[in-house]
Amino acid sequence: MKVKYFAWVRERIGKAEETVEPPESVRTVGELIAWLTEQGEGYAYAFEKPKVIRAAIDQAHVQPDAAISGAREIAFFPPMTGG
Amino acid sequence: MTAIVTVRVQREDFDTAAEIAALSHGRTDIGAVVSFSGLCRGNDHAVPIAALTLEHYPGMAEAEIMRHAEQAMARWPLQGLTVIHRFGRITPGENIVLVVTASSHRQAAFEAAEFLMDYLKTNAPFWKREETDDGGSWVEAKSHDDAAAARWTR
Repeated sequence: MKVKYFAWVRERIGKAEETVEPPESVRTVGELIAWLTEQGEGYAYAFEKPKVIRAAIDQAHVQPDAAISGAREIAFFPPMTGG
Repeated sequence: MTAIVTVRVQREDFDTAAEIAALSHGRTDIGAVVSFSGLCRGNDHAVPIAALTLEHYPGMAEAEIMRHAEQAMARWPLQGLTVIHRFGRITPGENIVLVVTASSHRQAAFEAAEFLMDYLKTNAPFWKREETDDGGSWVEAKSHDDAAAARWTR
């Protein structure tokens, strides 16, 4: 699945998007964050406070318990500061 | 006449007066137009700011604003609304965001504009980075913005 990162999450990981293939045991957004955290130093830094991280599946906001099966695009980003 | 909903996410500046005029042009059923303009300030708590850079999530930004525009249309008797949000580098004094709401009477127009701004702040996927003398930093989300958005769920 395609994963996108924005703002300081993107900066800490060092890329704006990538394709990842987590194991089948990773079923929710929260579990995907936990799995990504183990993928390297930048990921660990980006997700060091997982409760702060916001997520979207196919361009709509979701909570950490949302299922990722069937998702085309999952995005992770800090709390929004537009307006 | 039908209500006109316009949502634009763009790098370019916009003309506030022209947007207001476009919403009410040729109509006699609109009695109230409210507009809110968000501008880039030249300082944040006395720290001078050279510019803001707004990052956004293309596609989701438009979709999320449209979702809230539709909620506003369902909740208040509006004749139309316009939301424009810029991205990219914006210097002090420049426009960042515009919300225009049109209704027969002022209360709906005022409330819908405030509702849209409160949700834009907390739910539209935009992130501000400040450029300052010592480099720059991402603007932190404010808890009072969350509280402002939460009051509309009551």
